[in-house]
Amino acid sequence: MKKNPIENLNKTFDSRVRLGIMSALMVNEEINFNDLKELIQVTDGNLASHIRALEESGYIKINKGFMGRKTNTVYSATKAGEKAFRTHLEALELMIKSAK
Amino acid sequence: MNDQNHPLNTLQDIKKMMERSSRFISLSGLSGIAAGVCALAGAWFANNVIKDEYHADDIATMTNGNESLSLNDWLNNELVRIAATTFIAAFVLSFIFTFWRSKRTNTPVWGAQARRLMINVAIPMVVGGIFLFALMQNKIYGFIAPGCLIFYGLALLNASKYTLYEIRYLSMSEILLGIINLWFIGYGIYFWALGFGVLHIIYGTVMWWKYER
Repeated sequence: MKKNPIENLNKTFDSRVRLGIMSALMVNEEINFNDLKELIQVTDGNLASHIRALEESGYIKINKGFMGRKTNTVYSATKAGEKAFRTHLEALELMIKSAK
Repeated sequence: MNDQNHPLNTLQDIKKMMERSSRFISLSGLSGIAAGVCALAGAWFANNVIKDEYHADDIATMTNGNESLSLNDWLNNELVRIAATTFIAAFVLSFIFTFWRSKRTNTPVWGAQARRLMINVAIPMVVGGIFLFALMQNKIYGFIAPGCLIFYGLALLNASKYTLYEIRYLSMSEILLGIINLWFIGYGIYFWALGFGVLHIIYGTVMWWKYER
């Protein structure tokens, strides 16, 4: 019997906000906090907690820098993050195919 | 499994998020139509000037016998003024419609995406501008219209990676028109009106129809 594709779904990506963060970071080198917030349309606190969770899993990295005097924190996906996200996407696709 | 977690919806969400974060999607079709109308008006005025005062290769009279053109000669030339007015009017109107649309779709006008789009359009446009300026300095006026079309087409080709993909078709049409024009020197104003006027209006209408109705 084939393996159930649900097993390949990644629990870490089990939230709209985290999916949003990862999707955006897959197609952009780096994005700052405000752009992410605007994109996903969540509150600061909500976004920050999801970012922390993704960082703790090692899927994204945080780079603090300066833009003039203001701090500018940018986020980017790690190699592990990209790989995990791709596996998650493939599992989703498999689920759609097998549901047909 | 509830509807929100359905894998198909999730995948669609992901796709939307990738598009929204990497492309400038607020570009309004109305901007294209407005730019096209400006271009047609500009071409009409320019055509009157050309008919009344010049023959196709007679802009050389601007120099009053001098070898190079001073800045004043440029500003006093009616064609140059028409071109500048047309460009500014088209730019301002396009901006207004796109600004209006981005307000409605709730996307930032000036974000990372817009910045990336502007830079990638600006590079081929500036190179084209310098090239056309050099053509004018050497009094090769016949190649200005095809040059405009080709460089603008290339700028749009570059833009298609950072905004609505369909702009690629507009870009290809502009380039093709510019290339054909290379063998019809002297009819530049008609090609110019076709490329910057008619094509913009067609493109704008299609995009408006598809995304904004």
